[in-house]
Order: sequence, then structure tokens, then C-alpha cells
Amino acid sequence: MASQNRPLSPHLQVYKPQLTSVMSIMHRATGIALAVGTLLLVFWLIAAATGERTFGDIQAFNASLIGKLLLFGWSFALFYHLCNGIRHLFWDAGKGFGLEAAYRNGRLVVVASIALTVLSWVWGYASMGAL
Amino acid sequence: MAEFTLPANSKIREGKTWPAPEGAKNTKTFRIYRWNGDDGKTPQVDTYEVDMDDCGPMVLDAVIKIKNEVDSTLTFRRSCREGVCGSCAMNIDGTNTLACTKYIDDVKDDVKVYPLPHMPVVKDLVPDLTQVYAQYRSIEPWLKSDTQPTPGKERLQSPEERKKLDGMWECILCFCCSTSCPSYWWNGDRYLGPAILLQANRWIQDSRDEATGERLDELEDPFRLYRCHTIMNCTKTCPKDLNPAKAIGEIKQAMVARR
Repeated sequence: MASQNRPLSPHLQVYKPQLTSVMSIMHRATGIALAVGTLLLVFWLIAAATGERTFGDIQAFNASLIGKLLLFGWSFALFYHLCNGIRHLFWDAGKGFGLEAAYRNGRLVVVASIALTVLSWVWGYASMGAL
Repeated sequence: MAEFTLPANSKIREGKTWPAPEGAKNTKTFRIYRWNGDDGKTPQVDTYEVDMDDCGPMVLDAVIKIKNEVDSTLTFRRSCREGVCGSCAMNIDGTNTLACTKYIDDVKDDVKVYPLPHMPVVKDLVPDLTQVYAQYRSIEPWLKSDTQPTPGKERLQSPEERKKLDGMWECILCFCCSTSCPSYWWNGDRYLGPAILLQANRWIQDSRDEATGERLDELEDPFRLYRCHTIMNCTKTCPKDLNPAKAIGEIKQAMVARR
């Protein structure tokens, strides 16, 4: 039996998703989303420096449904990455490694990032006088 | 580099079905990964219906029953059947655990049994552990000391020093944790993985060991240690309720502390 013919046992295909792994991959995904979002933020600033028409086009896109959904997604990505980043700092300090603690602070991160996202949008619309 | 799909020779087909014996009223379905190097086929999942009125409570009981009474070609490792040898580590119901300490009743649906994930398969549920054992050898898991103990005396430890080893000496090297770790899946050739790092920490924390600095030097590497991203699948899956993630955290802290 040639060892190089050995199959690889299934991994992602069979391993149950759980809070530990899902939150970890979410941290990476939100990090990538934020990197892309930062490029677009720069684009927005360049547009503002370029002139009224360019800036107006970008603003119109941001105000569209797709634009708003993207901005909402990025604001969630920001808060999730921030909150989970703080969770990582606690781990780096040697705290919160117990399984129960990890699940507790994991759920806290999810709740906090959703709450912060919603609150910031409510605050944003309220300060525009749109609420 | 991470490959998220299985190579062509590892894709899984639907296999044979072995129905329950006639008259069995209380059956449970086991879906078990099968592969052998002889028939040239890709892996398959065979279905076995087991009469639970005539079977022990653990997944290992069912697997042994299948081998004894239904299909003697089913191959797996087992020895102590009481969670101290680590032989029967496999992926059951989506997480890694020891078949001998996993209750069948804890699995709601069909009991799906696969070998430890992302490992070369020798046969059926037997993974090739050559790589992890070589990695274990690489951390030199023995007491290293230049000083001689007082003749006729043991190397003494205070109760506090001894307590630091609790949660590490209990590890049975079943590799449930390493093979649950996505980081180990993608970089297992260079990342040591939770089981081996927990063992490394077992010697780093040992007050009698005098090679702490060398041990940390060996681990100070972007891959060997720092591929741990605190995913915590290791701690979640450990059948001995140990905490490899915490042990790795302790190594990282020791790295910072010695600067």
C-alpha cells in the first residue's frame, strides 16, 4: 500500500461549526471587510477633495439601499472586530481561557457588537433628525 | 496553504447498508467512514443498523459489536476502553472525542463516525500519526537538567510548583485537540498544534527542568507556536477536559516575560 495514495480524512466537511471556530473565522472575515472598507473610505475622502460632482455621486451611492447595506455591514464588522479584539487582548493577558468563560465572553462580544451597531445607526439617524 | 476541499482521492461516496437483525425493535443507525488501500476505490460511508437492546452504551461498544458480528473488516484502534489510553480517538457526531467515553444516547441523530480530521488515513478509522509523533519528539519531552540531584534524593518540588503541572500531565496524547484545530489543518506541517504545545508547556512549567530557555527558543517561530490564533476548538473538544488553549497562552506569556 503506497502511503502517498492515502486519502485525507474529511475536516471542514464533517466538523461541527461551534461558537469557538465560527467567532474566530468571523474575526478574520470582518478584518478583511474592514481592510476593503478602509480603501473605500479613502476613495470617499479623495472624492470629497476632487469636487462637488464626484462627491455627490459617491454620496448618492452611499444613500442607496445597497450603499446603506454595505455601510451597515461595515459598521457591524468594525464593532465585532473591536469587541472580539478586546477579547483577544484578555486572552493575551492570560485571562478568560476557561471553556465556560470563553463561551460567556464570546456571547457577550456578539451581543455587544450587534447592540453597538444598532445604537450607532439610531444615533446617526437621530442626529440627522430623521427619527 | 489552506485547501478547503478534499483532494479527488479523498472524496467520500455512499457505501453499503447493513440492516438491523430481524426482530430488533430498538435500533440506532451508525454511519462509518471506510477506506482500504486494497480495492483502489475512494472512501465511502457505510451504514450499519445496530440493535441497541443488545449493545453497550458507548460508541466504542457499537463499533466493536459491528466488527464482531457484522463486518469484521472494520478497522479502528482501541485498547483500554476507559479513556486513559487515547487509542479510540475519532470524529463522532461532528467533534473529536474518545469512542469509549462517548455515550451513544448523547447523539440525537444517526451516529456519524469519521477518522480524526485532516489526517492521512491508513485504513477506515485509523489515521497515520507519524507526523504528530515526530512533532512530539521534536519538543524533547523529557526532563533536561545539568545539575545532579543530591545522591539518594529526589528532585524536590514544592506543592505550588507541582500544582503548575496539573491539567497537563493528564494528557493522554489522543490528538483530538490537534486534529480539531483549523490552524493545524492548514499548517500542520510546520505548526506544532495544541497537543504538542501543551506537552511543551508541561516541561516549560516544570520547576525541575533547566532547559526552559532552549525550549522557548525552539518555539519562538511564526509557525511552531504562533499559528495558534486562540480559536479554542482544542479546549472545546478535549475528552479529558484539559485546556490546551490556556497552555499555549502560558507559553506566549513566557515568551514575553523573558524579554
